[in-house]
Amino acid sequence: MKLAGALFAAVIMALVAVPAAAEYADVVLNKRSEKEGVRPVVFPHWFHRIRFQCRVCHHELGFKMRVGANDVTMNEISEGKFCGACHNGDIAWGADRCDLCHSGKPGLPTGIFGGHETGGPGRW
Amino acid sequence: MRKDGLHDPKSPAIKQLQEPREALSRLPPDTTGNMVRWVQALETGVIQPRPSLKPGVEAEILDRDILLDLKGSMPIILFPHKRHTQWLACANCHDGVFEKQTGATKMSMFQILAGEQCGICHGAVSFPLTECFRCHSVVRPGQVKPAIPPGLPRSHNLPGPP
Ligand code: HEC
Ligand code: HEC
Ligand code: HEC
Ligand code: HEC
Ligand code: HEC
Ligand code: HEC
Repeated sequence: MKLAGALFAAVIMALVAVPAAAEYADVVLNKRSEKEGVRPVVFPHWFHRIRFQCRVCHHELGFKMRVGANDVTMNEISEGKFCGACHNGDIAWGADRCDLCHSGKPGLPTGIFGGHETGGPGRW
Repeated sequence: MRKDGLHDPKSPAIKQLQEPREALSRLPPDTTGNMVRWVQALETGVIQPRPSLKPGVEAEILDRDILLDLKGSMPIILFPHKRHTQWLACANCHDGVFEKQTGATKMSMFQILAGEQCGICHGAVSFPLTECFRCHSVVRPGQVKPAIPPGLPRSHNLPGPP
Protein backbone atom coordinates (compact mmCIF):
# COMPACT_ATOMS: atom_id res chain seq x y z
CA MET A 1 0.00 0.00 0.00
CA LYS A 2 2.77 2.34 1.06
CA LEU A 3 4.75 1.37 -2.01
CA ALA A 4 1.78 1.96 -4.28
CA GLY A 5 1.32 5.38 -2.67
CA ALA A 6 4.95 6.31 -3.26
CA LEU A 7 4.73 5.09 -6.82
CA PHE A 8 1.60 7.10 -7.39
CA ALA A 9 3.28 10.19 -5.95
CA ALA A 10 6.29 9.63 -8.21
CA VAL A 11 4.09 9.38 -11.28
CA ILE A 12 2.25 12.57 -10.33
CA MET A 13 5.57 14.31 -9.76
CA ALA A 14 6.81 13.19 -13.16
CA LEU A 15 3.67 14.56 -14.79
CA VAL A 16 3.66 17.85 -12.94
CA ALA A 17 7.35 18.66 -12.77
CA VAL A 18 8.01 19.79 -16.32
CA PRO A 19 11.76 20.34 -16.52
CA ALA A 20 12.82 23.90 -17.23
CA ALA A 21 14.13 24.03 -20.78
CA ALA A 22 14.61 26.57 -23.52
CA GLU A 23 11.28 27.75 -24.88
CA TYR A 24 10.37 26.33 -28.30
CA ALA A 25 12.02 28.30 -31.16
CA ASP A 26 14.37 30.49 -29.13
CA VAL A 27 17.27 31.56 -31.34
CA VAL A 28 20.85 32.04 -30.14
CA LEU A 29 22.98 34.43 -32.22
CA ASN A 30 26.66 34.11 -31.54
CA LYS A 31 28.66 34.62 -34.70
CA ARG A 32 30.66 37.48 -33.28
CA SER A 33 29.29 38.35 -29.84
CA GLU A 34 31.46 36.18 -27.66
CA LYS A 35 34.56 36.74 -29.77
CA GLU A 36 34.07 40.43 -29.12
CA GLY A 37 33.58 40.06 -25.42
CA VAL A 38 29.80 40.15 -24.90
CA ARG A 39 27.32 37.37 -24.07
CA PRO A 40 25.56 35.60 -26.98
CA VAL A 41 22.20 37.05 -28.04
CA VAL A 42 18.95 35.21 -27.22
CA PHE A 43 16.05 36.03 -29.54
CA PRO A 44 12.64 34.75 -28.34
CA HIS A 45 10.24 33.97 -31.24
CA TRP A 46 7.28 33.43 -28.89
CA PHE A 47 7.62 36.91 -27.41
CA HIS A 48 7.83 38.64 -30.79
CA ARG A 49 5.13 36.66 -32.60
CA ILE A 50 2.57 37.75 -30.03
CA ARG A 51 3.24 41.30 -31.25
CA PHE A 52 4.30 40.94 -34.90
CA GLN A 53 3.45 38.65 -37.77
CA CYS A 54 6.33 36.71 -39.29
CA ARG A 55 6.16 38.87 -42.42
CA VAL A 56 7.39 41.93 -40.53
CA CYS A 57 10.79 40.41 -39.86
CA HIS A 58 11.05 37.81 -42.57
CA HIS A 59 9.78 40.01 -45.41
CA GLU A 60 9.81 43.74 -44.57
CA LEU A 61 13.04 43.68 -42.61
CA GLY A 62 14.67 40.99 -44.71
CA PHE A 63 15.64 38.43 -42.07
CA LYS A 64 16.25 35.20 -44.02
CA MET A 65 14.49 32.16 -42.52
CA ARG A 66 17.62 30.22 -41.75
CA VAL A 67 19.46 30.44 -38.50
CA GLY A 68 22.87 31.98 -39.06
CA ALA A 69 22.02 33.15 -42.59
CA ASN A 70 21.80 36.81 -41.60
CA ASP A 71 24.93 38.79 -40.97
CA VAL A 72 23.69 41.01 -38.19
CA THR A 73 26.20 43.44 -36.75
CA MET A 74 25.91 45.94 -33.95
CA ASN A 75 26.64 48.78 -36.39
CA GLU A 76 23.66 47.88 -38.54
CA ILE A 77 21.44 47.60 -35.49
CA SER A 78 22.45 51.09 -34.41
CA GLU A 79 21.72 52.31 -37.94
CA GLY A 80 18.16 50.98 -37.67
CA LYS A 81 18.51 47.71 -39.59
CA PHE A 82 17.47 44.22 -38.37
CA CYS A 83 16.68 44.32 -34.63
CA GLY A 84 17.38 48.04 -34.76
CA ALA A 85 14.30 48.69 -36.91
CA CYS A 86 12.31 48.30 -33.69
CA HIS A 87 14.85 48.47 -30.89
CA ASN A 88 15.38 52.16 -31.42
CA GLY A 89 13.71 53.64 -28.36
CA ASP A 90 10.53 54.13 -30.37
CA ILE A 91 8.76 50.84 -31.18
CA ALA A 92 10.76 49.04 -28.47
CA TRP A 93 13.49 49.97 -26.01
CA GLY A 94 16.75 51.03 -27.59
CA ALA A 95 20.03 49.38 -28.52
CA ASP A 96 21.70 50.88 -25.46
CA ARG A 97 20.16 48.20 -23.25
CA CYS A 98 22.86 45.69 -24.09
CA ASP A 99 22.09 43.09 -21.44
CA LEU A 100 18.49 42.48 -22.51
CA CYS A 101 19.66 41.07 -25.85
CA HIS A 102 23.09 39.82 -24.82
CA SER A 103 21.74 37.51 -22.13
CA GLY A 104 22.94 34.09 -23.35
CA LYS A 105 25.05 31.52 -21.64
CA PRO A 106 28.67 31.79 -22.76
CA GLY A 107 29.75 29.03 -25.11
CA LEU A 108 26.42 28.49 -26.87
CA PRO A 109 26.61 28.12 -30.66
CA THR A 110 24.33 30.01 -33.07
CA GLY A 111 21.20 27.91 -33.52
CA ILE A 112 17.53 27.37 -32.82
CA PHE A 113 16.66 25.73 -29.52
CA GLY A 114 13.82 24.53 -27.37
CA GLY A 115 11.07 21.97 -27.27
CA HIS A 116 11.40 18.23 -26.87
CA GLU A 117 10.67 17.81 -30.58
CA THR A 118 13.41 20.08 -31.79
CA GLY A 119 16.27 18.09 -30.33
CA GLY A 120 16.15 15.33 -32.92
CA PRO A 121 18.08 14.76 -36.11
CA GLY A 122 18.04 17.52 -38.69
CA ARG A 123 16.36 20.66 -37.61
CA TRP A 124 13.33 19.45 -35.66
CA MET B 1 14.62 31.20 -17.56
CA ARG B 2 17.45 30.98 -15.09
CA LYS B 3 17.61 27.25 -15.74
CA ASP B 4 16.56 27.03 -19.38
CA GLY B 5 20.08 26.28 -20.58
CA LEU B 6 20.13 29.34 -22.83
CA HIS B 7 20.18 32.33 -20.52
CA ASP B 8 23.21 33.08 -18.39
CA PRO B 9 21.92 32.83 -14.81
CA LYS B 10 24.41 35.58 -13.94
CA SER B 11 23.00 37.99 -16.53
CA PRO B 12 21.31 41.06 -15.06
CA ALA B 13 18.57 40.59 -17.69
CA ILE B 14 17.17 37.51 -15.93
CA LYS B 15 15.14 39.65 -13.60
CA GLN B 16 13.83 41.86 -16.40
CA LEU B 17 12.94 39.44 -19.18
CA GLN B 18 9.45 37.98 -19.26
CA GLU B 19 9.02 34.30 -18.37
CA PRO B 20 7.37 32.41 -21.29
CA ARG B 21 4.84 30.94 -18.88
CA GLU B 22 3.61 34.35 -17.90
CA ALA B 23 2.85 35.38 -21.48
CA LEU B 24 1.81 32.06 -22.98
CA SER B 25 -0.47 30.74 -20.24
CA ARG B 26 -3.14 33.23 -21.36
CA LEU B 27 -3.23 31.73 -24.87
CA PRO B 28 -5.16 28.64 -26.09
CA PRO B 29 -3.25 25.56 -24.88
CA ASP B 30 -1.64 22.91 -27.08
CA THR B 31 0.13 19.61 -26.46
CA THR B 32 3.40 20.44 -28.16
CA GLY B 33 5.75 23.17 -29.42
CA ASN B 34 5.13 26.43 -27.61
CA MET B 35 2.11 24.74 -25.97
CA VAL B 36 0.07 27.38 -27.77
CA ARG B 37 -2.46 26.88 -30.59
CA TRP B 38 -1.37 29.94 -32.51
CA VAL B 39 -4.10 29.61 -35.13
CA GLN B 40 -6.73 29.79 -32.41
CA ALA B 41 -4.93 32.58 -30.62
CA LEU B 42 -5.33 34.70 -33.76
CA GLU B 43 -8.86 33.54 -34.44
CA THR B 44 -10.13 34.40 -30.99
CA GLY B 45 -8.34 37.75 -31.08
CA VAL B 46 -6.40 37.22 -27.82
CA ILE B 47 -3.36 38.28 -29.81
CA GLN B 48 -3.28 40.80 -32.65
CA PRO B 49 0.22 40.76 -34.08
CA ARG B 50 0.94 43.72 -36.35
CA PRO B 51 1.19 43.00 -40.09
CA SER B 52 3.71 45.77 -40.76
CA LEU B 53 5.83 48.48 -39.19
CA LYS B 54 4.27 50.99 -41.58
CA PRO B 55 0.94 52.38 -40.46
CA GLY B 56 -2.12 51.46 -42.51
CA VAL B 57 -0.57 48.48 -44.30
CA GLU B 58 -2.94 45.50 -44.31
CA ALA B 59 -1.93 41.87 -44.58
CA GLU B 60 -2.66 40.23 -47.93
CA ILE B 61 -4.81 37.22 -47.01
CA LEU B 62 -5.53 34.46 -49.52
CA ASP B 63 -8.39 32.12 -48.59
CA ARG B 64 -7.67 29.09 -50.71
CA ASP B 65 -7.16 25.51 -49.55
CA ILE B 66 -4.84 23.27 -51.51
CA LEU B 67 -4.99 19.48 -51.42
CA LEU B 68 -1.63 17.79 -51.81
CA ASP B 69 -0.59 14.20 -52.34
CA LEU B 70 -3.70 12.72 -53.83
CA LYS B 71 -2.11 9.34 -54.50
CA GLY B 72 -0.27 8.52 -51.23
CA SER B 73 -1.07 6.17 -48.38
CA MET B 74 -1.38 8.73 -45.56
CA PRO B 75 -4.51 10.88 -45.38
CA ILE B 76 -4.47 13.73 -47.94
CA ILE B 77 -2.74 16.98 -46.94
CA LEU B 78 -4.85 20.09 -46.73
CA PHE B 79 -2.71 23.21 -47.00
CA PRO B 80 -4.72 26.26 -45.85
CA HIS B 81 -3.47 29.50 -47.49
CA LYS B 82 -5.58 31.52 -45.09
CA ARG B 83 -3.84 30.27 -41.96
CA HIS B 84 -0.48 30.99 -43.53
CA THR B 85 -1.13 34.39 -45.05
CA GLN B 86 -2.45 35.57 -41.67
CA TRP B 87 1.21 35.39 -40.62
CA LEU B 88 3.34 35.25 -43.75
CA ALA B 89 3.95 37.12 -47.00
CA CYS B 90 3.50 35.33 -50.32
CA ALA B 91 7.23 35.85 -50.93
CA ASN B 92 8.10 33.69 -47.93
CA CYS B 93 6.96 30.71 -50.01
CA HIS B 94 6.51 31.83 -53.64
CA ASP B 95 8.35 31.10 -55.79
CA GLY B 96 11.49 30.23 -53.87
CA VAL B 97 10.04 27.33 -51.88
CA PHE B 98 6.79 26.43 -53.69
CA GLU B 99 5.52 27.04 -57.23
CA LYS B 100 2.30 29.02 -57.63
CA GLN B 101 0.60 26.08 -59.27
CA THR B 102 -0.92 23.13 -57.48
CA GLY B 103 1.08 19.98 -58.12
CA ALA B 104 4.04 21.76 -59.71
CA THR B 105 6.37 21.46 -56.72
CA LYS B 106 7.90 18.07 -56.06
CA MET B 107 7.40 17.56 -52.34
CA SER B 108 8.39 14.70 -50.11
CA MET B 109 8.15 13.87 -46.44
CA PHE B 110 11.86 13.10 -46.47
CA GLN B 111 12.78 16.65 -47.45
CA ILE B 112 10.25 18.04 -45.01
CA LEU B 113 11.83 16.10 -42.17
CA ALA B 114 15.22 17.44 -43.28
CA GLY B 115 13.96 20.98 -42.68
CA GLU B 116 13.00 21.91 -46.24
CA GLN B 117 9.60 22.84 -47.73
CA CYS B 118 6.92 22.70 -45.00
CA GLY B 119 9.73 21.73 -42.59
CA ILE B 120 11.37 25.16 -42.86
CA CYS B 121 8.78 26.41 -40.37
CA HIS B 122 7.08 23.31 -39.00
CA GLY B 123 9.42 21.88 -36.46
CA ALA B 124 11.44 25.05 -36.04
CA VAL B 125 8.83 27.67 -35.11
CA SER B 126 5.35 26.36 -35.99
CA PHE B 127 3.76 23.15 -34.71
CA PRO B 128 6.24 20.30 -35.12
CA LEU B 129 6.30 17.43 -37.60
CA THR B 130 5.30 14.89 -34.99
CA GLU B 131 1.73 16.17 -35.48
CA CYS B 132 1.13 14.18 -38.67
CA PHE B 133 -2.63 14.60 -38.79
CA ARG B 134 -2.72 18.35 -38.63
CA CYS B 135 -1.33 18.31 -42.19
CA HIS B 136 -2.53 14.88 -43.31
CA SER B 137 -6.04 15.85 -42.29
CA VAL B 138 -8.34 14.68 -45.10
CA VAL B 139 -8.94 10.95 -44.79
CA ARG B 140 -9.27 8.67 -47.80
CA PRO B 141 -12.19 6.27 -48.16
CA GLY B 142 -11.92 3.55 -45.52
CA GLN B 143 -9.59 5.54 -43.22
CA VAL B 144 -10.73 6.64 -39.77
CA LYS B 145 -10.18 10.31 -39.00
CA PRO B 146 -7.68 10.58 -36.17
CA ALA B 147 -8.71 12.99 -33.44
CA ILE B 148 -6.48 15.94 -32.53
CA PRO B 149 -6.36 15.91 -28.74
CA PRO B 150 -7.31 19.03 -26.80
CA GLY B 151 -4.54 21.12 -25.26
CA LEU B 152 -3.15 20.00 -21.91
CA PRO B 153 -4.21 21.89 -18.81
CA ARG B 154 -1.84 24.75 -18.17
CA SER B 155 -0.62 23.31 -14.87
CA HIS B 156 0.93 20.44 -16.83
CA ASN B 157 2.40 21.86 -19.94
CA LEU B 158 4.44 25.01 -19.51
CA PRO B 159 7.97 24.90 -18.18
CA GLY B 160 9.06 27.05 -15.28
CA PRO B 161 7.47 27.83 -11.95
CA PRO B 162 3.67 28.23 -11.98
C1 HEC C 1 10.82 40.13 -34.51
C2 HEC C 1 11.35 39.44 -35.64
C3 HEC C 1 10.86 38.04 -36.00
C4 HEC C 1 9.56 37.60 -36.10
C5 HEC C 1 8.27 38.37 -35.85
C6 HEC C 1 9.63 36.23 -36.54
N1 HEC C 1 10.94 35.85 -36.69
FE1 HEC C 1 11.62 34.06 -37.37
N2 HEC C 1 13.54 34.63 -37.04
C7 HEC C 1 13.93 35.87 -36.59
C8 HEC C 1 15.37 35.88 -36.39
C9 HEC C 1 16.19 37.05 -35.88
C10 HEC C 1 15.84 34.60 -36.76
C11 HEC C 1 17.29 34.09 -36.77
C12 HEC C 1 17.95 34.48 -38.05
C13 HEC C 1 19.44 34.22 -38.10
O1 HEC C 1 19.95 33.44 -37.31
O2 HEC C 1 20.11 34.81 -38.98
C14 HEC C 1 14.67 33.84 -37.19
C15 HEC C 1 14.70 32.54 -37.69
C16 HEC C 1 13.62 31.85 -38.17
C17 HEC C 1 13.65 30.57 -38.82
C18 HEC C 1 14.89 29.74 -39.09
C19 HEC C 1 14.95 28.54 -38.20
C20 HEC C 1 15.96 27.53 -38.64
O3 HEC C 1 15.76 26.37 -38.30
O4 HEC C 1 16.95 27.86 -39.30
C21 HEC C 1 12.36 30.24 -39.15
C22 HEC C 1 11.87 28.99 -39.84
C23 HEC C 1 11.52 31.32 -38.70
N3 HEC C 1 12.30 32.29 -38.11
C24 HEC C 1 10.14 31.35 -38.85
C25 HEC C 1 9.32 32.32 -38.33
C26 HEC C 1 7.87 32.25 -38.36
C27 HEC C 1 7.07 31.12 -38.96
C28 HEC C 1 7.43 33.39 -37.77
C29 HEC C 1 5.98 33.81 -37.51
C30 HEC C 1 5.17 32.88 -36.77
C31 HEC C 1 8.58 34.17 -37.37
N4 HEC C 1 9.71 33.48 -37.73
C32 HEC C 1 8.52 35.42 -36.78
C33 HEC C 1 13.11 36.96 -36.36
C34 HEC C 1 11.73 36.94 -36.37
C1 HEC D 1 18.16 44.60 -29.80
C2 HEC D 1 19.13 43.64 -29.38
C3 HEC D 1 20.57 44.11 -29.10
C4 HEC D 1 20.97 45.08 -28.22
C5 HEC D 1 20.09 45.94 -27.33
C6 HEC D 1 22.41 45.11 -28.28
N1 HEC D 1 22.86 44.17 -29.15
FE1 HEC D 1 24.82 43.79 -29.59
N2 HEC D 1 24.22 42.43 -31.00
C7 HEC D 1 22.93 42.06 -31.25
C8 HEC D 1 22.92 41.06 -32.30
C9 HEC D 1 21.69 40.36 -32.87
C10 HEC D 1 24.28 40.85 -32.66
C11 HEC D 1 24.83 39.81 -33.67
C12 HEC D 1 25.05 38.56 -32.85
C13 HEC D 1 26.08 37.62 -33.33
O1 HEC D 1 25.91 37.01 -34.39
O2 HEC D 1 27.06 37.40 -32.59
C14 HEC D 1 25.06 41.73 -31.82
C15 HEC D 1 26.46 41.80 -31.85
C16 HEC D 1 27.24 42.52 -30.97
C17 HEC D 1 28.69 42.49 -30.92
C18 HEC D 1 29.58 41.69 -31.86
C19 HEC D 1 30.30 42.56 -32.86
C20 HEC D 1 29.43 43.40 -33.74
O3 HEC D 1 29.69 44.61 -33.81
O4 HEC D 1 28.48 42.91 -34.32
C21 HEC D 1 29.08 43.32 -29.90
C22 HEC D 1 30.49 43.63 -29.45
C23 HEC D 1 27.87 43.88 -29.31
N3 HEC D 1 26.76 43.37 -29.99
C24 HEC D 1 27.84 44.75 -28.27
C25 HEC D 1 26.70 45.38 -27.79
C26 HEC D 1 26.70 46.44 -26.81
C27 HEC D 1 27.95 47.00 -26.14
C28 HEC D 1 25.40 46.81 -26.62
C29 HEC D 1 24.84 47.93 -25.75
C30 HEC D 1 25.37 49.26 -26.06
C31 HEC D 1 24.58 45.94 -27.47
N4 HEC D 1 25.40 45.10 -28.17
C32 HEC D 1 23.19 45.97 -27.52
C33 HEC D 1 21.79 42.53 -30.63
C34 HEC D 1 21.77 43.53 -29.68
C1 HEC E 1 9.40 44.16 -35.51
C2 HEC E 1 9.97 44.82 -34.37
C3 HEC E 1 11.08 44.09 -33.61
C4 HEC E 1 12.23 43.54 -34.13
C5 HEC E 1 12.69 43.49 -35.57
C6 HEC E 1 12.95 43.00 -33.00
N1 HEC E 1 12.25 43.22 -31.83
FE1 HEC E 1 12.78 42.61 -29.97
N2 HEC E 1 11.11 43.46 -29.21
C7 HEC E 1 10.18 44.21 -29.92
C8 HEC E 1 9.17 44.73 -29.00
C9 HEC E 1 7.98 45.62 -29.37
C10 HEC E 1 9.55 44.30 -27.72
C11 HEC E 1 8.83 44.62 -26.41
C12 HEC E 1 9.36 45.95 -25.93
C13 HEC E 1 8.74 46.45 -24.66
O1 HEC E 1 8.24 45.64 -23.88
O2 HEC E 1 8.82 47.65 -24.46
C14 HEC E 1 10.76 43.50 -27.88
C15 HEC E 1 11.41 42.87 -26.83
C16 HEC E 1 12.57 42.14 -26.98
C17 HEC E 1 13.24 41.42 -25.91
C18 HEC E 1 12.79 41.35 -24.46
C19 HEC E 1 11.80 40.26 -24.24
C20 HEC E 1 11.33 40.24 -22.81
O3 HEC E 1 11.36 39.15 -22.22
O4 HEC E 1 10.92 41.30 -22.30
C21 HEC E 1 14.39 40.87 -26.43
C22 HEC E 1 15.40 40.04 -25.70
C23 HEC E 1 14.43 41.23 -27.82
N3 HEC E 1 13.31 41.98 -28.13
C24 HEC E 1 15.45 40.87 -28.69
C25 HEC E 1 15.47 41.15 -30.04
C26 HEC E 1 16.56 40.77 -30.93
C27 HEC E 1 17.82 40.08 -30.51
C28 HEC E 1 16.18 41.18 -32.17
C29 HEC E 1 16.94 41.02 -33.49
C30 HEC E 1 17.42 39.68 -33.79
C31 HEC E 1 14.87 41.81 -32.05
N4 HEC E 1 14.47 41.77 -30.75
C32 HEC E 1 14.15 42.35 -33.12
C33 HEC E 1 10.17 44.39 -31.28
C34 HEC E 1 11.12 43.92 -32.17
C1 HEC F 1 3.75 20.25 -42.03
C2 HEC F 1 2.86 19.32 -42.68
C3 HEC F 1 3.14 17.82 -42.55
C4 HEC F 1 3.29 17.08 -41.40
C5 HEC F 1 3.21 17.57 -39.96
C6 HEC F 1 3.51 15.71 -41.81
N1 HEC F 1 3.50 15.64 -43.18
FE1 HEC F 1 3.77 13.93 -44.28
N2 HEC F 1 3.68 15.01 -46.00
C7 HEC F 1 3.48 16.38 -46.07
C8 HEC F 1 3.64 16.79 -47.47
C9 HEC F 1 3.48 18.21 -47.98
C10 HEC F 1 3.93 15.62 -48.21
C11 HEC F 1 4.22 15.50 -49.72
C12 HEC F 1 2.99 15.40 -50.51
C13 HEC F 1 3.25 15.19 -51.98
O1 HEC F 1 3.84 14.16 -52.34
O2 HEC F 1 2.85 16.04 -52.75
C14 HEC F 1 3.93 14.52 -47.26
C15 HEC F 1 4.13 13.18 -47.63
C16 HEC F 1 4.11 12.11 -46.75
C17 HEC F 1 4.21 10.71 -47.12
C18 HEC F 1 4.33 10.18 -48.54
C19 HEC F 1 3.01 10.19 -49.23
C20 HEC F 1 1.99 9.22 -48.68
O3 HEC F 1 0.89 9.67 -48.32
O4 HEC F 1 2.26 8.02 -48.59
C21 HEC F 1 4.16 10.00 -45.97
C22 HEC F 1 4.23 8.49 -45.82
C23 HEC F 1 4.04 10.94 -44.87
N3 HEC F 1 4.00 12.20 -45.37
C24 HEC F 1 3.96 10.58 -43.55
C25 HEC F 1 3.91 11.48 -42.48
C26 HEC F 1 3.97 11.08 -41.09
C27 HEC F 1 4.05 9.66 -40.58
C28 HEC F 1 3.93 12.24 -40.36
C29 HEC F 1 4.02 12.40 -38.83
C30 HEC F 1 5.18 11.83 -38.21
C31 HEC F 1 3.81 13.34 -41.30
N4 HEC F 1 3.82 12.83 -42.58
C32 HEC F 1 3.71 14.67 -40.93
C33 HEC F 1 3.22 17.23 -45.02
C34 HEC F 1 3.28 16.90 -43.67
C1 HEC G 1 3.44 28.95 -46.29
C2 HEC G 1 3.69 28.94 -47.70
C3 HEC G 1 2.78 29.72 -48.64
C4 HEC G 1 2.42 31.05 -48.59
C5 HEC G 1 2.80 32.08 -47.54
C6 HEC G 1 1.61 31.30 -49.77
N1 HEC G 1 1.50 30.15 -50.50
FE1 HEC G 1 0.54 29.95 -52.31
N2 HEC G 1 0.96 27.95 -52.33
C7 HEC G 1 1.67 27.28 -51.35
C8 HEC G 1 1.73 25.87 -51.70
C9 HEC G 1 2.39 24.76 -50.86
C10 HEC G 1 1.04 25.72 -52.92
C11 HEC G 1 0.88 24.43 -53.73
C12 HEC G 1 2.09 24.31 -54.61
C13 HEC G 1 2.22 23.05 -55.38
O1 HEC G 1 1.36 22.16 -55.27
O2 HEC G 1 3.22 22.91 -56.11
C14 HEC G 1 0.56 27.06 -53.29
C15 HEC G 1 -0.17 27.34 -54.44
C16 HEC G 1 -0.57 28.61 -54.81
C17 HEC G 1 -1.31 28.92 -56.02
C18 HEC G 1 -1.78 27.93 -57.05
C19 HEC G 1 -3.19 27.55 -56.70
C20 HEC G 1 -3.84 26.67 -57.72
O3 HEC G 1 -5.06 26.61 -57.66
O4 HEC G 1 -3.14 26.01 -58.48
C21 HEC G 1 -1.52 30.29 -56.03
C22 HEC G 1 -2.25 31.11 -57.09
C23 HEC G 1 -0.92 30.82 -54.82
N3 HEC G 1 -0.37 29.78 -54.11
C24 HEC G 1 -0.93 32.16 -54.47
C25 HEC G 1 -0.45 32.67 -53.28
C26 HEC G 1 -0.58 34.07 -52.90
C27 HEC G 1 -1.19 35.17 -53.74
C28 HEC G 1 -0.02 34.18 -51.65
C29 HEC G 1 0.06 35.40 -50.76
C30 HEC G 1 -1.19 36.08 -50.47
C31 HEC G 1 0.44 32.84 -51.28
N4 HEC G 1 0.15 31.95 -52.29
C32 HEC G 1 1.07 32.54 -50.08
C33 HEC G 1 2.26 27.82 -50.25
C34 HEC G 1 2.18 29.15 -49.84
C1 HEC H 1 7.13 29.94 -44.02
C2 HEC H 1 6.65 29.16 -42.90
C3 HEC H 1 5.68 28.01 -43.16
C4 HEC H 1 5.76 27.06 -44.15
C5 HEC H 1 6.82 26.90 -45.23
C6 HEC H 1 4.62 26.19 -43.96
N1 HEC H 1 3.89 26.59 -42.87
FE1 HEC H 1 2.16 25.72 -42.16
N2 HEC H 1 2.02 27.16 -40.74
C7 HEC H 1 2.91 28.20 -40.54
C8 HEC H 1 2.44 29.03 -39.45
C9 HEC H 1 3.15 30.27 -38.91
C10 HEC H 1 1.24 28.46 -38.99
C11 HEC H 1 0.38 28.96 -37.81
C12 HEC H 1 0.38 27.94 -36.68
C13 HEC H 1 1.70 27.73 -35.96
O1 HEC H 1 2.61 28.56 -36.05
O2 HEC H 1 1.85 26.69 -35.28
C14 HEC H 1 0.99 27.30 -39.82
C15 HEC H 1 -0.11 26.46 -39.70
C16 HEC H 1 -0.37 25.36 -40.49
C17 HEC H 1 -1.53 24.50 -40.37
C18 HEC H 1 -2.58 24.61 -39.29
C19 HEC H 1 -3.90 25.10 -39.73
C20 HEC H 1 -4.92 25.02 -38.61
O3 HEC H 1 -6.06 25.36 -38.90
O4 HEC H 1 -4.60 24.64 -37.48
C21 HEC H 1 -1.40 23.51 -41.32
C22 HEC H 1 -2.36 22.37 -41.60
C23 HEC H 1 -0.16 23.76 -42.03
N3 HEC H 1 0.43 24.88 -41.50
C24 HEC H 1 0.32 22.97 -43.06
C25 HEC H 1 1.44 23.25 -43.82
C26 HEC H 1 1.87 22.47 -44.96
C27 HEC H 1 1.20 21.21 -45.47
C28 HEC H 1 3.00 23.07 -45.44
C29 HEC H 1 3.82 22.68 -46.66
C30 HEC H 1 3.10 22.50 -47.90
C31 HEC H 1 3.27 24.23 -44.61
N4 HEC H 1 2.30 24.30 -43.63
C32 HEC H 1 4.32 25.10 -44.78
C33 HEC H 1 4.07 28.43 -41.25
C34 HEC H 1 4.50 27.70 -42.35
